[in-house]
Amino acid sequence: MSRDKILTAAKQNKPALVALPEMATFAVAGTDLVAAFTASITKAGGAATVLGNLLELPAKIKEGWPDAKRVANFIHGDSSTNESLLKEVALLDLVVLKGQLGVAENGAIWLTNKDCVERVLPFITQHLVLVIDKQTLVGNMHQAYEVMGKQNPDYGVFIAGPSKTADIEQSLVIGAHGPRSLQVFIIE
Amino acid sequence: MSTHNIPHPEAATAFLKDKERVQWHDETLWFVRYKRDKIVNEIPEWEQLRELASQIKDHTLSRLDEYLQEFEAAAISNGVTVHWAADAAEHNRIVHGIMAKHGAQKIVKSKSMLTEECHLNEYLEAQGIEVVDTDLGERIVQLNKEMPSHIVLPAIHIKKEEVGEIFHQHLGTEKGASDPLYLALAAREHLRQKFLAADIAITGVNFAIAETGAIVVCTNEGNADLGAHLAKVHIACMGIEKLIPRTEHLSVFLRMLARNATGQNITAYSSHFRKPAAGSEMHIVIVDNGRTTQLGREAFRNSLKCIRCGACLNTCPVYRRSGGHSYHNATAGPIGAILAPNLDMRKNADLPFASTLCGSCTDVCPVKIDIHNQLYQWRQVLTQEGYVPAAKTASMKVMASVLSSPARYTFAGKWARKFLRWFPSLALNKKLNPWARQRDLPEPPKESFREWYRKQASGK
Repeated sequence: MSRDKILTAAKQNKPALVALPEMATFAVAGTDLVAAFTASITKAGGAATVLGNLLELPAKIKEGWPDAKRVANFIHGDSSTNESLLKEVALLDLVVLKGQLGVAENGAIWLTNKDCVERVLPFITQHLVLVIDKQTLVGNMHQAYEVMGKQNPDYGVFIAGPSKTADIEQSLVIGAHGPRSLQVFIIE
Repeated sequence: MSTHNIPHPEAATAFLKDKERVQWHDETLWFVRYKRDKIVNEIPEWEQLRELASQIKDHTLSRLDEYLQEFEAAAISNGVTVHWAADAAEHNRIVHGIMAKHGAQKIVKSKSMLTEECHLNEYLEAQGIEVVDTDLGERIVQLNKEMPSHIVLPAIHIKKEEVGEIFHQHLGTEKGASDPLYLALAAREHLRQKFLAADIAITGVNFAIAETGAIVVCTNEGNADLGAHLAKVHIACMGIEKLIPRTEHLSVFLRMLARNATGQNITAYSSHFRKPAAGSEMHIVIVDNGRTTQLGREAFRNSLKCIRCGACLNTCPVYRRSGGHSYHNATAGPIGAILAPNLDMRKNADLPFASTLCGSCTDVCPVKIDIHNQLYQWRQVLTQEGYVPAAKTASMKVMASVLSSPARYTFAGKWARKFLRWFPSLALNKKLNPWARQRDLPEPPKESFREWYRKQASGK
């Protein structure tokens, strides 16, 4: 059986034990996390805006995407509207989801399958809005994994920008197969 | 789509004929290196991260059998079906078997160099199954019926006008179009239909976590996720060396991978797949295909630490000026040159010689693989095993003889200087002297350094 063959060969051929190193956090005190996060997400082709209050969100959505018809808003949206929209995910214009935390060094936001509602939603939609609380911002990935590393969700994803590609002669195109835009709202 | 077996020097000569194109290829890849350097310099702890990454991988390889078993047990308890493939052929049969069981006809695949190594697409197409590569660069080379030329930037060797022509033929875009935005949007629409219709999605694996049985896939396009979440069956193909022990270790690798590969902080998506969604199936195919053999080669085993960032390709002066196809291997460049001979010494004996041993590859490697050292070591092995052309072996022996004897060295030097002075055109003849093909020869000095030094010492 191949399994046994492979495991036997690995056991036989592996080198002498090398110790597992201690992990470090490389945390930097005193960073303006909002500014750093905003710079990172902007560099990746997305955008971040601070809102004083979650209640400001609905107006911002209307303002930012006036032409969006099929909007699945899982923060303020009507659950029966969302239910019927989910029947045809491929037609979604805009999806609004809550993220668990944001990472300042790279603009990444962590969502599990529960946060995504359906796993495909953050990818199939034409445009994506993610909302995070300011207090959940961390400096780097080590700090992020300290917070969510033991969660063990069925599925999770770090989303750090709109979808993109530079596969055609290294020219950056925003909006490859996934969302054409990512707007992050950071709630104070 | 068979790999040509033209040895690297000949393939490179052909590539080099188009000087403008070589310059463009060279500059394009160097720019990726430049972007990498820029962003790496923003991380003060970069060298510490390299050391951490290297040690984590070294540790994992030293307990590989245990971590493989831990990973398998965790994956199975997650409801994932785990398969083991000893070689490429078995991998292909297993993947096809899953498809046959489901009566699947339409497959989408996100980037997996392992599946390229196994020639999966060819195998499946021979069974009448349509496989669509959904990474844009991979789709371009697939439509053009060629192999990717770079492990991260598959179509780096193709110009936008050529993409326009490929898309005009296969996607019905306007003739003569070359605007990357127009072409990428056409591909978006075309591939969206493929995602929505797919029965099965195949993905690669960037990292496999032993403690949880989860796999992590990194993309900028979102194509791995669109495939895996829309199809009912997800097949993830991984080499045994993709393992890392714990979830927390991802912080090191996710901080390094994209920065070293393309000069971006992180890919747009870093997806952690542990359990299939309700009503879906997930399979992981664990592949050996020579990796346990490489594990047993003391000089070459740490080539298995590779996280496939591609930085060694971007920095390599030989790769930049010969192109990925000159390496006749799924993985080209310096890392390809130290992995491939393990699988087939005869076929890949030329690859470790496609190098100046400048060491730039070792310098940029995020997991501290001593690539240029291994290139040198492979040369020793391949020569001893008799896979190096006789002419090279013979000339190396002559050189060794001349350089090891002061008398022979002095004699050879004196007559070489005379020859250059008396028969310059013969020395410059490109047919007789391969060194003259791309170089001018220096003015032959009247005396050797030793002769000059002796004169000085005796006060003349």
